[in-house]
Amino acid sequence: MATVDHPQRLARSGIAADAASRGWAAALHEWTTTVDHKKIGIMYVLMSLVFLVIGGIEALLMRWQLFYPRAEVIGPNVFNQLFTMHGTTMVFFVGMPILIGIGNYMLPLMLGARDMAFPRLNAFGFWITLFGGLLVYLSFITGAAPEIGWFAYAPLTEHTFDRNAGTDFWALGLLISGIGTIGAAVNFIATILGMRAPGMTMRKIPFFAWTMLWTSFQMLLAIPPLTAALVMVLFDRQLGAHFFDVQNGGSAYLWQHLFWFFGHPEVYILILPVFGMVSEVIPVFSRKVLFGYEFMAAATMAIAFISLGVWAHHMFCVGMSRTLDLYFAAASLIVSIPTGIKFFNWLATIYGGRVSLQSPMLFCFGFLSMFLIGGLTGIMLAAAPFDFQLSDSYFVVGHFHWVLIGGTLFGTFAGIYYWYPKVTGRMLSERLAHWHFWLLYIGFILTFGPMHVSGILGMPRRIYTYDPSRDWEWWNQLTTIGALVQTPSYAIFVYNLIASLWKGKPAVDDPWDAWTLEWTTSSPPPSYNFETQPIVHSRRPLWDLKHPDDPDWQYE
Amino acid sequence: MTEPAAALPIPPEIAPERTLNAAQWGMASFLVSEVAFFSTLIVAYVTFLGRDVVGPLPAEALSLKLAFGTTLCLVASSIFIHFAEGALRRGNNASFKLLWAATIALGVAFLVGTAYEWHDLIFEKQLTISRNLFGTTYYTLVGFHGLHVTVGVIAMSIILLLAARGAITKEHETGVQLVSWYWHFVDVVWIVVFLVVYVGAKGGSV
Amino acid sequence: MDANGLSMLLAAVEGRMADVSIFSPASPQAGWIVDLAILALAIIGIIFLVVEGILFYSVWRFRRAKNDAPGEPAQVYGSEPIEIAWTAAPTMIVFFLVLVTTRTLWQVEAAPVQPREGDQALFVTVIGHQWWWEYRYDSYDGRKLDFITANELHMPVGDGETQRPVHLTLQSGDVCHSFWVPRLGGKVDLIPGRSNLLAFETEQPGLYLGQCAEYCGAQHANMMLRVVAETPAEFEAWLANETAPAVEDPAVAEGKATFLANSCVNCHRVSGTAAQGDGAPDLTHLMSRETIAAGQVPNSRSNLRKWVHDPHTIKPGVLMPAFGLSTEEENQIVEYLRTLK
Repeated sequence: MATVDHPQRLARSGIAADAASRGWAAALHEWTTTVDHKKIGIMYVLMSLVFLVIGGIEALLMRWQLFYPRAEVIGPNVFNQLFTMHGTTMVFFVGMPILIGIGNYMLPLMLGARDMAFPRLNAFGFWITLFGGLLVYLSFITGAAPEIGWFAYAPLTEHTFDRNAGTDFWALGLLISGIGTIGAAVNFIATILGMRAPGMTMRKIPFFAWTMLWTSFQMLLAIPPLTAALVMVLFDRQLGAHFFDVQNGGSAYLWQHLFWFFGHPEVYILILPVFGMVSEVIPVFSRKVLFGYEFMAAATMAIAFISLGVWAHHMFCVGMSRTLDLYFAAASLIVSIPTGIKFFNWLATIYGGRVSLQSPMLFCFGFLSMFLIGGLTGIMLAAAPFDFQLSDSYFVVGHFHWVLIGGTLFGTFAGIYYWYPKVTGRMLSERLAHWHFWLLYIGFILTFGPMHVSGILGMPRRIYTYDPSRDWEWWNQLTTIGALVQTPSYAIFVYNLIASLWKGKPAVDDPWDAWTLEWTTSSPPPSYNFETQPIVHSRRPLWDLKHPDDPDWQYE
Repeated sequence: MTEPAAALPIPPEIAPERTLNAAQWGMASFLVSEVAFFSTLIVAYVTFLGRDVVGPLPAEALSLKLAFGTTLCLVASSIFIHFAEGALRRGNNASFKLLWAATIALGVAFLVGTAYEWHDLIFEKQLTISRNLFGTTYYTLVGFHGLHVTVGVIAMSIILLLAARGAITKEHETGVQLVSWYWHFVDVVWIVVFLVVYVGAKGGSV
Repeated sequence: MDANGLSMLLAAVEGRMADVSIFSPASPQAGWIVDLAILALAIIGIIFLVVEGILFYSVWRFRRAKNDAPGEPAQVYGSEPIEIAWTAAPTMIVFFLVLVTTRTLWQVEAAPVQPREGDQALFVTVIGHQWWWEYRYDSYDGRKLDFITANELHMPVGDGETQRPVHLTLQSGDVCHSFWVPRLGGKVDLIPGRSNLLAFETEQPGLYLGQCAEYCGAQHANMMLRVVAETPAEFEAWLANETAPAVEDPAVAEGKATFLANSCVNCHRVSGTAAQGDGAPDLTHLMSRETIAAGQVPNSRSNLRKWVHDPHTIKPGVLMPAFGLSTEEENQIVEYLRTLK
């Protein structure tokens, strides 16, 4: 019975081995009290995966109900609760925390730092985010989850129209998890700006750090307005305030502006870190340096700023003036320029390279080929008059799932396949990864492609049933079948993650022959990250090490 | 690749960077998020300004004189904390403690002023959060500001307690500096609130 | 069968019943949007083909192979002229899209219009409720109208010489809704505390379907709406019927008495009676409508009876409660309602 007290071995042994060797109670204590960015990062990702499964089950139930017109699988109330919880879960408790988790784990390693700038704030941020998620889900035991949609348009959330305590749980849960998110953003900014290894100037940080920096900046500006708006909802409901109480002069319009001032940057909060991840993976698997680093960084900044001024393109149908409509349409179209720049730079990185379609790159390929379509349908929606037809139709549902799955999720999977060996010291099964990819790729297209068609055929979103006289049945059935094709892909992914902890091939420190600092330390890294403080001369410190005759810093 | 080691290029010297440290970046970004929060509350206040049909309206409810007094307290406390910080940096612990205590006293004076004002508004002028739109937005905005002042006073009191025990010295400069940044921020927010809410209420007829 | 029913039957035969596609416009407003849509689709279609083409080509052409030379491929760090080129190209496309968006925006969006003598225009105030539509007919051709109906909007069609536009003033009685009839134009929200405008016209008689497009609570899915576009003569006939007082049929006097004696009158209105509620659909000419429950089920005797007995069996969550009347009372009320032509 070897008791593990050697710190390095403990750190190397991973979650399962750690628990097995020291007993679950000790491991639980260790994990719940940790301030190590790596453990916190892992917990963020695990929490997101659990919520991903829950959100996925909610989606499947909705698709079951919509398979036949006038089906009576679940009633309107349950359906409305499900889409509220599905949206809330996926945005707040899957999308953001999984990206924050990966950032948490990788950033200090990539920057050559010992930990995040504020380790205790980091732990606080995680636990309060988790607690917020639990609070939102506790609404189920109050009798009913909220039935307000994740956008919670006033005055539907007012006490007059909604006596359901679930809405209060929802608002409180998002409010406190938002505080956790702001904490994470503060931590990322302080870490990126203040904890870089010697020599790693801002022009030499890994590209992922650039995107996390601007994402954090957006969180700082976008989450507090949501927090304030949620406070207003709670004051209205609990204290009889009148912010959104239209009978007493409140404004339904104010909520929409505040919500989308948060809600639109939120989309970029969910995609910018993914841009960063694929910008790490594509060069390594194309064996080429990232094309146009400075332009990519500038484009990221441009997206971060422009996206703060486009929120009302979610509100083209509320009867703004033509001038405002035009402004928001033009601003939204302009976002496509820096996004296009990024896309072309990725293509240029691949072009002339030596592409290996191992799992991380396979998912990057999925990201590139699918995110493009989501971006292009976004251009259609930005053309305001076209949006008068498409807004709040299934076309929009298809569009943003295309962006969030085709973009965020594919990119996140690329990141997870890329960094899993570093985190666990084991390789994932490539065979299962390919099954995961192709089932997801096909199922995803089959699910969300037909949604664009049903939207064009006049199907509004958020309806729990539809009349057989409309021509929507066939498209909805395709969507549901697509969802069923996708489902096993997630199961395979989760199985691969778990099984590879034991059965995976042991990973060397640098299995992909990559170039950034995290690959210089062991897999998994020791709790102190680096034995000696790394010193950096270029954006690819490992390239410099591997090619001392032709180092990068000569060209940057 | 097979060149002799002597021919390998030598990287340039690493120049140290002179920017804020991590803690300072952290506080600065936290304050940016606070700006976004208070901006939202101010937007809500301004949105509903003048839309009430039920009184009391800002002009009849608010006392510019009282607000001017509390504003003076906060502005003065910002000056005191600035000098307190300087004293600590010079290693003058006694004057640090004195100036720091003065800052806290002025913060408390502000809170007492607000408490007096709210008591008057609620019990004399019948203005509650559910009375009208002005009450709704006024109490939310001023209340959240007051909460921030309270947090600041608590944080400063903890530092004062530690200082009294001799646990705060020059090496805690950064921590003290960050609290002072926060306090300046709370002060700046109040000046905006004062201008928008109190001076705005009197329509500039002061 | 009246003309209205005939036009609906014809629509059904031609398969237009189900057609709610935004790509089969029946009004100039919807048509302009289709023009913009096709242009946008063409542009993004080309971008799609080019970029996906380059992506697939690059991945295929530069895939790793056994006979690759050892070492790494040439490292290209970037190129300013190339970056400028691929910034400029999308900028020009965006500029073009902004121009065409502007044009369509100015074509489509309704400007406020006042009714005047001989304008051949119909003015209706639409009030969204959970989960039905209230139509207050304000004026037609400069003539003041003053009646209320629900869920089925009737409008006259124009012809080559005369346009007969409909000007809708959109308001809400409770939460946010959105008025959307895809073949007649884009949607506009109904927001409490605000008045929005929507205008369209058509030259094709027929039934146009749509439904609420902004989530508004439990029965958002069944807040459907129907627009009946008919010839000016048919429309005048319909107007004449709607403006007439409610039919008085002595054969259903008992039913009327039961109706008036119960809570029905708190919410519903039948003009010329004591029932003057305004929280639910006006029933004065209930039988001139093809459907009940906001377009959800046909307006048949059995559906009416089901509805009066317990509306939640048709529309779960609807604000009208089941009143627990006796079967006899229910039958009497239904027979009375059946006379309100």
